[in-house]
Amino acid sequence: MSFNIIITLFQRAILQGIPLLYGSTGEILTEKSGNLNLGIPGIMYVGGISGVIGAFLYEESLVNKADANAFLAIIIPLLCSVIGSALCGLIYSFLTVTLRANQNVTGLALTTFGVGFGNFFGASLVKLTGSAVPSVALSTTSNFFRTTLPFADKLGVIGDIFFSYGFMTYLAIGIALVCAYVIKKTRVGLHLRAVGENPATADAAGISVNKYKYLATVIGSVIAGFGGLFYVMDYANGVWSNEGFGDRGWLAIALVIFSLWKPNLAIVGSILFGGLYIVYLFIPGLSMSTQELFKMLPYVVTIVVLIITSARKKRENQPPQSLGLSYFREER
Amino acid sequence: MADKIEKKVREPLFHVSKRSTLPWYKAWGIRIIAVLLALIVCGVITVMLTNINPIEVYASMVKGAFGTSRRVWNLLQGIAMLLCISLAVTPAFKMRFWNIGAEGQVLIGGLASAACMILFGDKIPNVLLIAMMCVCSVLAGAIWAVIPAVFKAKWGTNETLFTLMMNYVGMQLVGFFMIYWEVPKGAGKIGIINQSSHAGWLPKIGEYDYLLNIIVVLILTLVLYIYLKYSKHGYEISVVGESENTARYIGINVKKVIIRTMLISGAICGIAGFLLVAGTDHTITKTTAGGRGFTAIMVSWLAKFNPLYMVFTSFLLVFFEKGAGEISTVYRLDKSFSDIITAIILFFIIGSEFFINYKITFRHAKKEVK
Repeated sequence: MSFNIIITLFQRAILQGIPLLYGSTGEILTEKSGNLNLGIPGIMYVGGISGVIGAFLYEESLVNKADANAFLAIIIPLLCSVIGSALCGLIYSFLTVTLRANQNVTGLALTTFGVGFGNFFGASLVKLTGSAVPSVALSTTSNFFRTTLPFADKLGVIGDIFFSYGFMTYLAIGIALVCAYVIKKTRVGLHLRAVGENPATADAAGISVNKYKYLATVIGSVIAGFGGLFYVMDYANGVWSNEGFGDRGWLAIALVIFSLWKPNLAIVGSILFGGLYIVYLFIPGLSMSTQELFKMLPYVVTIVVLIITSARKKRENQPPQSLGLSYFREER
Repeated sequence: MADKIEKKVREPLFHVSKRSTLPWYKAWGIRIIAVLLALIVCGVITVMLTNINPIEVYASMVKGAFGTSRRVWNLLQGIAMLLCISLAVTPAFKMRFWNIGAEGQVLIGGLASAACMILFGDKIPNVLLIAMMCVCSVLAGAIWAVIPAVFKAKWGTNETLFTLMMNYVGMQLVGFFMIYWEVPKGAGKIGIINQSSHAGWLPKIGEYDYLLNIIVVLILTLVLYIYLKYSKHGYEISVVGESENTARYIGINVKKVIIRTMLISGAICGIAGFLLVAGTDHTITKTTAGGRGFTAIMVSWLAKFNPLYMVFTSFLLVFFEKGAGEISTVYRLDKSFSDIITAIILFFIIGSEFFINYKITFRHAKKEVK
């Protein structure tokens, strides 16, 4: 009995954690280039709603929803999500890298924009469908996103724990591993870290600072945008409701700190955060008010990690040194 | 041989260099052009999305903000509250301490006020109660702000991320007390506190609900302007902001300045929380601060950390918010439309700073000089 509860908690923790994993992998990549993109929460909204718009248009174009093509149903929302988040990443990079604007201000404005964009188009889609409830349901497309491996059911507990998820779950882990490898082991990663630590030195070594900042931010935004898409298409069964995504974007930024700017640690961290986010549902006898206190946990844990890493001053666990600063070659 | 090399080294199309300071009228000219461009872009987007004549849209924006005397008072109240929080974050920003935790500090300040109202309402004289609420809010806000500052001073803990996390801890704390003190049981919210006795409510001045709030904030603006510009503390803040090494060299105790400034920053946030609970909402919810803690950062930054300019920049942001809110009701758009409009205008203003600080020289312009 209790064993079953643990398995359910684990599964739910993974489902809660995957959007955070996408968000924080994207943000880690961005921060490694020295850009502190506080627009990630907004970008995740944009990534989600763009995918929803794509899926909506696709479902509308079908005469009979039963003959939806699996490939198209997946690729159209994915592409729309990529375009939406990449544009947001471009706005951010253009303002902070080319125009050297303040990163905090730009990021917060981008979050305002993204959340507004998501809710506005969400509400417009609801109006188009004319449904009574304030949400858009895209069950046809969502089913393709949620398809699990055919043999998952037959594997018992192991199948439940490891194989009971849609493909985007594995994609998230794959992307995180690839990012970890690229950042740590490749020349491109070395250059990226150099740009984030000390752009002047990187510039002197012949690395194109702006190119790395642009690419890291835009790719990071796209990855983060997938988090929004996963949330709508997989976690929420294709139902978009305004404000449904909540404060997960900020939690993703917390996860970046928690995982010490390492995407491979973020995988474990995201499951832990996902668990902390919902653990109050699994502890019997909590009053409503105590539940609110439990929802604090991920943030408190992050603060503790932040304090410990700064106190221990281990070099490899610090934020990139030029994080949050714009670079201008002639200003040294 | 030498010829070939010379051909290969091509001059870039344009060259960017730092400007010496622009005269103020040119700087503001650039900003006004940016706002106008933003309005054009917003107009185009509005037409694309809704097929409504943009001039009509802007007219209804103005009407939404200034239409009736009630609306004007609401506008003024909105400006006052946003301005108050912007004032709070400014000393920290001037010191390059990125306090993005104003949202949490305001909430905790408001929570302290609400707690006093609930626990001591009708038990002690009203004047005493209000004084107590004010003191508690200021203390609560200051404590919430000084925690990250202490760690920043001691270990250099990243303050942007720390204060950001503190927001959510504060929000959940409010969530806890909202259910702990819920009225009626099971409602999940506190509701209007002391609705019949008005204990702990800020008094009205004459007919006007919000006049006292506005006056308090105006006084605060002047005090902070003088504090930053003419006091020794203000000087120390700007030196630490320009260069910590310089500050240390001339004998400023940087740690002390960081902690002291964050205490002030948090205390003003506490005042904002007090004004919001005692003078405006008479209740506390997770959205009492309503994102103003984040908007305040932009207000303060756009005004170049000058409290007097902030009156103008907070007017601008509140005007767009109220105006776009009116558009969404009149044309039945979702209320988040105002967020999109505000963000686009912000993008343009943020971008325009580049043209104020930097000069672009084109290639052919340089050749003519030769």
